[in-house]
Amino acid sequence: MNMKKLPMPTGKDIGHALLIGLWFMFLTFPLLVIKVNPGEQTVSWRWANMLWVGGASAAMALAGRLIVAHRAARAEHPSPKPGWFAVQSTLSQHFTPDRLWLLGGIIILIFLALPLMFSTYQVNIMTTALMYVILGLGLNIVVGFAGLLNLGHVAFYAVGAYTYGLLHLHFNLGFWIALPIGGLMGGLFGILLGFPVLRLRGDYLAIVTLGFGEIIRLVLVNWGDLTQGPSGIADIPRPGLFGLDLSLNQYLIYQYYLTVIMMFFTIFVVNRLRYSRLGRAWFALREDEIACQAMGINKTAIKLTAFSLGAAWAAMAGVLFAAKTTFINPDSFTFMESAFILCIVVLGGMGSITGVVLAALILMLLPEYLRAVAEYRMLVFGAVLVVLMIVRPSGLIPAIRRTYSAMR
Amino acid sequence: MDPLLTVSGLTMDFGGIRALDRVDFCVFPGEIVALIGPNGAGKTTVFNCLTGMHRSTSGQMVLTPTGRPQRRLHGLPPHRITAAGLARTFQNIRLFPRMSVLENVMVGRHCRTNTKLFGAIFRPAATVREEKETIAMCLALLGRVGLADQADEVAQNLPYGAQRRLEIARALATDPQLLLLDEPAAGMNPQETVELEALIVAIRNHGLSILLIEHDMKLVMRLAEHIFVMDHGRLIAKGTSDQVRRHPAVIQAYLGEEAADA
Repeated sequence: MNMKKLPMPTGKDIGHALLIGLWFMFLTFPLLVIKVNPGEQTVSWRWANMLWVGGASAAMALAGRLIVAHRAARAEHPSPKPGWFAVQSTLSQHFTPDRLWLLGGIIILIFLALPLMFSTYQVNIMTTALMYVILGLGLNIVVGFAGLLNLGHVAFYAVGAYTYGLLHLHFNLGFWIALPIGGLMGGLFGILLGFPVLRLRGDYLAIVTLGFGEIIRLVLVNWGDLTQGPSGIADIPRPGLFGLDLSLNQYLIYQYYLTVIMMFFTIFVVNRLRYSRLGRAWFALREDEIACQAMGINKTAIKLTAFSLGAAWAAMAGVLFAAKTTFINPDSFTFMESAFILCIVVLGGMGSITGVVLAALILMLLPEYLRAVAEYRMLVFGAVLVVLMIVRPSGLIPAIRRTYSAMR
Repeated sequence: MDPLLTVSGLTMDFGGIRALDRVDFCVFPGEIVALIGPNGAGKTTVFNCLTGMHRSTSGQMVLTPTGRPQRRLHGLPPHRITAAGLARTFQNIRLFPRMSVLENVMVGRHCRTNTKLFGAIFRPAATVREEKETIAMCLALLGRVGLADQADEVAQNLPYGAQRRLEIARALATDPQLLLLDEPAAGMNPQETVELEALIVAIRNHGLSILLIEHDMKLVMRLAEHIFVMDHGRLIAKGTSDQVRRHPAVIQAYLGEEAADA
């Protein structure tokens, strides 16, 4: 952005910015200024922090206001779209639909080459991030496509993880058998949740699914005979590779590739579903439930399909998770996880596949790389969420429906 | 000839309020029938009962498509009724606003196509063919209502009159025997109304029966072969436009007691 073009701040702008600075000083006061040291029983007051926060937030507020004013001024005198749009148009110039495979190929190559370029630690973090991509894409079917707000997605993740854990514990079954069984179990539980909530929408649905998530977790905690309760299930075997003996490092890399394959499979399936008869029915359900029924769509069947598919995917991610960590207990499946996955979907753009993938990677990798600012990392993380939602309210990459008439 | 749709004794209670009281009427194949009456007479409730949105308290609704067995409609869920051959539009337009115009119509094909989960994911030849047929057919339908050029537009960006026509195209996509139009001309300018009239006649000439609720009396009198008049949940008159226009009960319902006496 050309700074010369920015308008001069008026007194009103400066006053507004100062007010915001004051407000932030007040908000962060308990966190950043007061420091209680229980050991020495002293309280230190870090006033410098307060000045920093006040100054920085006032400056940011001022800059924000000026940019908004600048944009408004430019909207009145439209000029060729700069910045992001330029990037988009160059991208679409180089990757016309018939050359899209090239872009896909490059992305796949990057994913394949990743373990060669980074340490196992980084690869391991990436594996976790990719799992959240899978979880996000699964939830995207329910929330983004069918418009059913589900706050209990983690329940199905738990179902998958425990399916593998328990199958191993009681029947000594391996990963490759547990994966499809886990998916089926997830789908089954999805239908189980789906039936009682068929009549509900919006907030009411959210509350019931929230409760469902908690029920599953509490059952896992309290049904000690079956699940070993809070102590969890340990020593879950990692996935086998034709009976080969792998070192830990090799396992981590193998697991990474496994997750990458699973992710691409998920993207493939979700993308196919999106533009199918089923996908259109989901979108119609999201847009207008009454009109959707009047068009001859069986609301019950469509809702249950969405629930069970989303659940099946979460459960398969759960099996992967159990195999990756080799230890599971109910603490891994709290409401925070559900909220986090929902965050991925909303932030990425509901119904958008690229958006969800991007958001999952950002949300998972950001806290890891923010460890540099250790204490404040969740603070920064929260701020990033807020800013993103203000700047791009319909998600990082809002979903755009494909046009069909080109297929004539 | 047998009537296409026979409604007898249709009653609908909402708690203690009787919204419909033993309504009888029928629609013959290839006929345009209008349902008129003052606001709150129960016209839209009739539509909602017919399409399964409300479950009627009592009464019979039977559809007799030519050359096909009778279907009882009462007690069926909405999607089964649509599949049986009834399609409707809504008084306050209910499109799928963020889907494209073409997709809106394609949703209407849902009950006439049958790609399942497996087909959607793996796209065997049968699915590809079905999709192609659906697209071709829906584009043809859009052509019939004059929206072919806007096929890729997002539905909510269409002007009002075009949204109404899109709703009709979407209803037609379900291959109905009987088309229910709930105030299709509401809010239209005279030009749009003329186009709508031509469209409705064209649809009828295509072999469909049409039942419409409408407040534009000139349009109703021009279009409808039979008119049923409702007031306070009851059917108060029926007949051709001339018969209905002179019917004392109709004059009373629309203009009040004194006008009927005069």
